[in-house]
Amino acid sequence: MALRRYSMFAVAREALRFHAGWERAWQSPAPKKRYDVVIVGAGGHGLATAYYLGKVHGITNVAVIEKGWLGGGNTGRNTTIIRSNYLQDPSAAIYEKARSLYEDLSQDLNYNVMFSPRGLLMLAQSEHEMRGYKRTVYANNLQGVETRWITPSEVKDLVPIVNIDGPRYPVLGALYQERGGTARHDAVAWGYARACSAMGMDIIQQCEVTGVRTANGKVQGVETTKGSIDCGKLAIVVAGHSSVLAEMAGFRLPIESMALQAWVSEPIKPCMDVVVMANLVHGYMSQSDKGEMVIGGGTDGFNNYTQRGSWHHVEETTRALIETFPIISRLKMLRQWGGIVDMTGDRSPILSKTPVENVFVNCGWGTGGFKSIPGSGWAMAELVAKGEPGPLAADFGLNRFKEGRFIDESVAAGVAH
Amino acid sequence: MLTLTCPYCGVTVEETELAPGGEAHLKRFGPGASDEDFEGYLFARKNPKGVHFERWRHAYGCGKWFLAARCTATLEVFGTYPAQTTEPPAELIAKINEKRPNWGGWK
Repeated sequence: MALRRYSMFAVAREALRFHAGWERAWQSPAPKKRYDVVIVGAGGHGLATAYYLGKVHGITNVAVIEKGWLGGGNTGRNTTIIRSNYLQDPSAAIYEKARSLYEDLSQDLNYNVMFSPRGLLMLAQSEHEMRGYKRTVYANNLQGVETRWITPSEVKDLVPIVNIDGPRYPVLGALYQERGGTARHDAVAWGYARACSAMGMDIIQQCEVTGVRTANGKVQGVETTKGSIDCGKLAIVVAGHSSVLAEMAGFRLPIESMALQAWVSEPIKPCMDVVVMANLVHGYMSQSDKGEMVIGGGTDGFNNYTQRGSWHHVEETTRALIETFPIISRLKMLRQWGGIVDMTGDRSPILSKTPVENVFVNCGWGTGGFKSIPGSGWAMAELVAKGEPGPLAADFGLNRFKEGRFIDESVAAGVAH
Repeated sequence: MLTLTCPYCGVTVEETELAPGGEAHLKRFGPGASDEDFEGYLFARKNPKGVHFERWRHAYGCGKWFLAARCTATLEVFGTYPAQTTEPPAELIAKINEKRPNWGGWK
C-alpha cells in the first residue's frame, strides 16, 4: 500500500475537501497462509521489531498478530517516561539507543509521536541515593549518556513545586538527564503500525495465538483463533503473557507477571515541565499535555494477570509524593489503571534465542518497557534477521541466568525502572 | 484487596499484612546438581495464567510462611495450608478440580 504522507500540504489539501481524503493509517488484512516472520504482540516492542526488520534488514513478509487491539496492553498503560540514565553498560547502551531513536522518530515514521525531551530528574533524598546517583552520573559520562548531578537549589529552579526541605526526606540533589522526557505512547504504536503497513506487512488484530507448532525442535507455525499460520521465524514479544506463550512453545522463562499501576489527577494549569522521580519514597510524576499529574509507583509483589492492581499502592505512593510535592495534596485523582509487567530477577530484559530453533523472545522489560521501544525493536530485529544477537542484545540472552552473568538493575534502577 | 487466611493463626487478613514469596513446591537443587537443574530451581517459573500455588508469609502477624492456591486470572483464592508439606492437600486439589476442570494439575 502506498503511503500518503502526512504534511502541512496534506492538512491544507484536506481542509479544502472536507477532510474526506484521509486514509486508514493501517490495513486490517486476513492472515496469509505463511510469513517469513510472525511476531506475536502488536504493542510498541512487537511493531518496532517489525518496522526495523523491514527498514534495516529488508524483511517485509511479516505478520504482527495481536490478541486484543493494537497498543492496548502496556504500550497504552504506562506513564510515557523516556530516559537512559542506567548504571550498567549493556542497559545504558540499549536504553540510550532507544532514547536517541526517539529524538527523530516522528520524522522517521512521518507520524507525530510528540517526543518531548523536557528533562528528567531522579531526586536523591538520602545519603545512599546521593552516592548512588553520583556514581550513575560518572558511569553515564563514560558510557556517552549525557547526565549530570545538580544541587538542591538547581532542583528548586527546575521544579518550583518541589519541597526540598523535607522534613523527612530533604532533597539533597538530583540525577538530571536533560534529554529525557516523555512521548505520546499511543502514537508510538500507531506510528510504527502505519509504517509497517506501508511496507506491506500484515497487522492482524483480535487474533489470539492458541498454540505453537514445532517439528524436530524447530518452529513451523502458530495456531490462532483466525486459523493456522506457517512461519519461518517466530518472535514472541508479549510482555506480561510471555510465560504463557513460552509454555505453548515448550519452555519456561525466568519471569513472573505482576500488576503495575498508574493514575492521573484532575487536570490543572501547567506547574511542572520536567519529569520527577522520587525513588526513595516510591513514586514518580509528570504533567501531561492535558494538565493531569501522571503518577506511578511500584509493582505488586504477587503473580497477577488481571490488569488490576492493589489499592494500597495508590494510597501509599500518593501519600509519599504529597510530602515531596505538597501542592498535590488537594488534587482529586481522576483515573487509575493497571498493566501486567514481566519481571525478571535482575530487572533487565531478555532478548534471546530459545530452546526452540527459530523462536526468539523479547520480554522481561518489566516496568521499563515504553522508554525502550525503539531500541528494543532495533536489537530484536537484528536478532531475528540474523539469528544471532547483535552488540545491543548480546548481553541480554537467556544464558545469562545459567552463567550467573546478571545485569543487575534492580538496585541501580530503583523502584521506577 | 486480596485477603488470605493464615492457616496458623486462623485469621483472615488483607495483603498489606502479608509478604508474597513466589512459586511454591519448587524442587530444590543444590551442590552436585547439574547446571540445568540449578538454573531451573533458581530462575525458571511456571508463572501460569490460572491456578497458581504460591508462598506467603504472615509478615505482620505470626511471621510464619504458609502456602496458598490462587487463580492469577481472577484473583480467586481456593485455599491456604501450612508450609510443612511437599504437595497440596487432597481436598484442596479436589476443590480446584471442581471449579477449574481443565486446570492441568499442580506440577
